Amino acid sequence: MGDNRKVQAAGADEAQVDLEAEFKASNIQEVLDKLDRELIGLMPVKTRIREIAALLLVDRLRRKFELSSETPTLHMCFTGNPGTGKTTVAMRMGEILKRLGYVREGHLVTVTRDDLVGQYIGHTAPKTKEVIKKAMGGVLFIDEAYYLYKPENERDYGAESIEILLQIMENNRDDLVVILAGYKDKMEKFFQSNPGMRSRIAHHIDFPDYTAGELLHIAKLMLERQNYRFSAEGEAAFTEYLKLRMQQPHFSNARSVRNALDRARLRQANRLFADAGRKLGKADLMTIEAEDVLASRIFGAGSGAV
Amino acid sequence: MMTNTGNRITQGQFSFLPDLTDAQITAQIKYALKNNWAVSVEYTDDPHPRNTYWELFGMPMFDLKDPAGILMEINNCRKTFPNHYIRVMAFNSHRGVESPSMSFIVNRPKVEPGFGVSRQEVDGRNIRYTVHSYATDKPEGERY
Repeated sequence: MGDNRKVQAAGADEAQVDLEAEFKASNIQEVLDKLDRELIGLMPVKTRIREIAALLLVDRLRRKFELSSETPTLHMCFTGNPGTGKTTVAMRMGEILKRLGYVREGHLVTVTRDDLVGQYIGHTAPKTKEVIKKAMGGVLFIDEAYYLYKPENERDYGAESIEILLQIMENNRDDLVVILAGYKDKMEKFFQSNPGMRSRIAHHIDFPDYTAGELLHIAKLMLERQNYRFSAEGEAAFTEYLKLRMQQPHFSNARSVRNALDRARLRQANRLFADAGRKLGKADLMTIEAEDVLASRIFGAGSGAV
Repeated sequence: MMTNTGNRITQGQFSFLPDLTDAQITAQIKYALKNNWAVSVEYTDDPHPRNTYWELFGMPMFDLKDPAGILMEINNCRKTFPNHYIRVMAFNSHRGVESPSMSFIVNRPKVEPGFGVSRQEVDGRNIRYTVHSYATDKPEGERY
């Protein structure tokens, strides 16, 4: 994408445009770099975003030659285990699509079933439409989208909401991008009962679980953002902690890491408090030591979830 | 003397201009949204100048970022009431204002019969004037 390709106009028109110049002008690289820097791993996701960026850029060039093509559908579905960054990426998506000129405002409206589905007959349609109107010009992010459809209750109003969403997704493609998110198996079931929804979503992106190395990287990034850091022993201890924690049930990737770090900070504060006679330097206040991590119940014989 | 040939009613903004296109309406709404005004769509078939309150079409729209949603509502209203007057109103809720800051017509009936003046002679040969819309001679819903 970064090379010096030129786009040649079809037919008699010999004019040329500079793809690279266009690319630079759009500041997309900046957004992609930021994505690379701040989101660890997630290769399939980044690849797909890069592809979408390339498509939209080429589309824009094509328009200069009046090679009309339909606006591509950018409705997406994010599936993956808990804590794999679905919401985080969705937040970025608005900004990325705005830079690419695909959406006008680029704001993100996050909703769940409660915001879309009403409580009595005739309540659902206005409620869903209101949310859609708010999201226009930006991204509508439906978290835990599989809750929208409850097959066990045939009088559930979720189906009505889905109906309206489908219609808008088809007719107002220029106005908003819908992103559905949820756990993989549940989303699979959701699509099975709503085949229309599956076919209207062009991009099904699966968020892979993080490896231990990536999780450590994430942990360091999180600490850095809060002005903390690991000591060398602390880092080794946390690596060990991750290894054990990943085998436990209910491990939810980056979210578990964040929780573990929060608890480590708690213990660090407690430790500093315990020997109160000592004068503390800036480094003392910043550093998470091995003992802060090792105090976790995971290292003990008794296996609590914490 | 005919002062308003074609009988187009002139209320709100832009009413002396030709009808606004959808692009122009979008631009106006964008300005309203930029100022954090709540936009709503209203309709009526009794456009008497003193008929201030028209019927709301749907709910007033709060917290919108983009005019596309409002334009969608306008088009819905036009489909439902193709032969009514439809106006877009932007309500400014800022303290001290708390009233509509914009209001313009986006749909008119095909034929606008206009208004007539009736004069009533009262005590001392004084004259009282009444502005009367020809359309309201017919019952509601059959006027245009």
